[in-house]
Amino acid sequence: MKKTKHQSLWITFFVLPGLLIVLVFIVAPLFMSMYNSMFSWKSIARDQFVGMENFHKIFNQYPYKDRFFNAMGNNIQWFLSTMLIQNSLGILFGYLLYKKIAGSAVYQRVFFIPVLFSIVAVGFLWSLYMNPNMGIINRFLKDVGLQSWTRAWLGDEALATPSIIAVNIWRWVGFPTLVFYAGFNAVPEEVVEASYLDGIGEGRLFTHIMIPLIMPSIMVITVLTLIGSLNVFEQIYTMAGLEGGPYYSTDTLGTLFYRTAFGAVDSGLPEVGIGSAIAVVIYVLTFFFSALSIISFKGKEVEL
Amino acid sequence: MVKKFLLSVLMCLIAFSVFAAGGQESSPAEDKAVEEMVTLDFWSWRTEDVDIYNNLIDQFREKNPGIDVNFTAYKNTEYNTVLSAAIKGGSGPDIIHLKAYGGLETYAQPGYLMPLDDKVPALKNFSENAVRGATSISDGKIYGVPFASQTLVIYYNKAMYKELGLSVPETWAEFLANLETMKKAGITPLANGGKDGWTLEVLQGVICPNFYGANDYFADLTSGKTDFTDDRYRTSLEKLQELRPYMPDNFMGIAYTDMQMLFINEMAGHFIGGSWEAGYFSAQNPDMEYDVFAGPVAKAGDTRYASAFLDGSFGMNAETEAPEAAAAFLSFMASSQAGQYLADNLKQKSDVPGVQFTDPYLKKLGELNKNSTPYIMLVGFRYEQPTGSSLIQSTLQGLLADSIDSYEVVDQVQEGVATWYKPFK
Repeated sequence: MKKTKHQSLWITFFVLPGLLIVLVFIVAPLFMSMYNSMFSWKSIARDQFVGMENFHKIFNQYPYKDRFFNAMGNNIQWFLSTMLIQNSLGILFGYLLYKKIAGSAVYQRVFFIPVLFSIVAVGFLWSLYMNPNMGIINRFLKDVGLQSWTRAWLGDEALATPSIIAVNIWRWVGFPTLVFYAGFNAVPEEVVEASYLDGIGEGRLFTHIMIPLIMPSIMVITVLTLIGSLNVFEQIYTMAGLEGGPYYSTDTLGTLFYRTAFGAVDSGLPEVGIGSAIAVVIYVLTFFFSALSIISFKGKEVEL
Repeated sequence: MVKKFLLSVLMCLIAFSVFAAGGQESSPAEDKAVEEMVTLDFWSWRTEDVDIYNNLIDQFREKNPGIDVNFTAYKNTEYNTVLSAAIKGGSGPDIIHLKAYGGLETYAQPGYLMPLDDKVPALKNFSENAVRGATSISDGKIYGVPFASQTLVIYYNKAMYKELGLSVPETWAEFLANLETMKKAGITPLANGGKDGWTLEVLQGVICPNFYGANDYFADLTSGKTDFTDDRYRTSLEKLQELRPYMPDNFMGIAYTDMQMLFINEMAGHFIGGSWEAGYFSAQNPDMEYDVFAGPVAKAGDTRYASAFLDGSFGMNAETEAPEAAAAFLSFMASSQAGQYLADNLKQKSDVPGVQFTDPYLKKLGELNKNSTPYIMLVGFRYEQPTGSSLIQSTLQGLLADSIDSYEVVDQVQEGVATWYKPFK
């Protein structure tokens, strides 16, 4: 249908405010960080143009290099565990809801409730639960006689990141569940019935028919998980603090960027150039991996 | 027809919002009254002390009726970000509560602060040590009126000491013996944990100077004669590991607020921290009897040092529209009236000359300060990234969790600081 001039005017009128917000708060700061990343800084004032030196430092110079790759490793850990645990659970829960097990309607809502909570509240609550001497987790372990299992959940280098990821999974699992649930429901009933008539088993129906047919949902969730994993920040900020402690074990690119760019912790000083460079790298990585995953999923969709 | 109706509704809405906005503007008569009054914005990170500062501002207003001061406090952890964003954007406050040393440098070096040397004459009377934290290392000018200095100490619960028949320890061995007695009595000897890295830097500031040779080592270090890999410094850090058995269960998960809670509720016998805790301790549990002592020495008879540092100062925005009013306020802050008021009410050791400490606790701090040593990383190594503080905080977490040893701690600190500290190059 061809739009009249009148209609285009109206469309522009309604799109403009949103567009302005995107330009002012997303596009402009993005170019600003790119610009800032090419300068050396005298605390919070721009000093000299240094070109790519800040990027060179991130990848080559101690301690930036160690901090950067350590943080990126944690981002990868976030991605892999979210992908494997949260999204597998999402598919499983989504499928069970689709199969209309008893109480489906209730579960559908229960799984989604944590998504609605504020991240800060969730982080704060769980760090209370995980408190080593007052938290309910250690209290419970003590009460049932498993004293030796008690841990400093958020203070232990090996456990801190997994603990925070576990909370994140708890919080977000409802989202992929709903997406996959919708995906399964979109599969035409004739296909399922035809498969049954052909004598296919439940297992093969799931792996050979249902999974390929929900590929678009899987793609969406993968891209969102990827972007989410590159941007993790709030959960760590509220549960472990901006230093990414203990001993950098929970540091991610997000916390590293914030700490570096703003000198946001008491013991730190702002280093805007390096911080902006980290921000640009995060942006490039997000863009690159999102594009890659969209391309790699192309053509995997099954047309009916 | 419907379209026309919608359009007219839209026009009405727009017109209404324009009038509504107009209505909020004040009348010209009101503006005139406001003009005669200069209002200074004063920002701080001390959210706990809002009432005290407002009270002090009332005292100032009595003497200077033409100047009003508007005190705003931001959350400690967000203060730096909020302040630097505002100052860069040209909307910073007139009076700025500044952190000391490197924190001051952040704003002094790019020229966001007004030098106060000739604006606040009273600064001449301050001690050299007090103004050091408010002086820029780049041009030697003073940018702030010092408000308090802090001493790092060990708090102990007096009632527990009495009950267990303990006395204030002088040597490290006596201190460990006291901790052991408490542990046997079923009390957690130390409230300290390791979840918040900065509390470990404080722990180091209390315990280590008496082992690394306090001022001698600090002088050697800052002049570049030695560095962090010096055995004096490395072995002093190993003393911290000896404290681990006396910390709470799973101490690496114990955060700062947990530490405070353990001491305030008399669940732990000692709290290794800074002099700034006292006000909060007393307010939360007025019945608790506590006192402080400095970090123990290696052998009896050694001089006993306590780390000290300037906590912060009050500075003036270089862009302020009312420099005279701001100078008047800062001169008031440098007066003994303001110093005495803050010392009495905040229980902080004021650096303003002529302030009398009536409070026994502040008197005690004054005694401890007779042998003071600079709080090593803050005073010497917080001028560029990565700061000595951020390096020691994280590596001490590694040390106490046993994932690295003292050699790795000092290597990492040395390598990080050497990237910017000229004497190490």
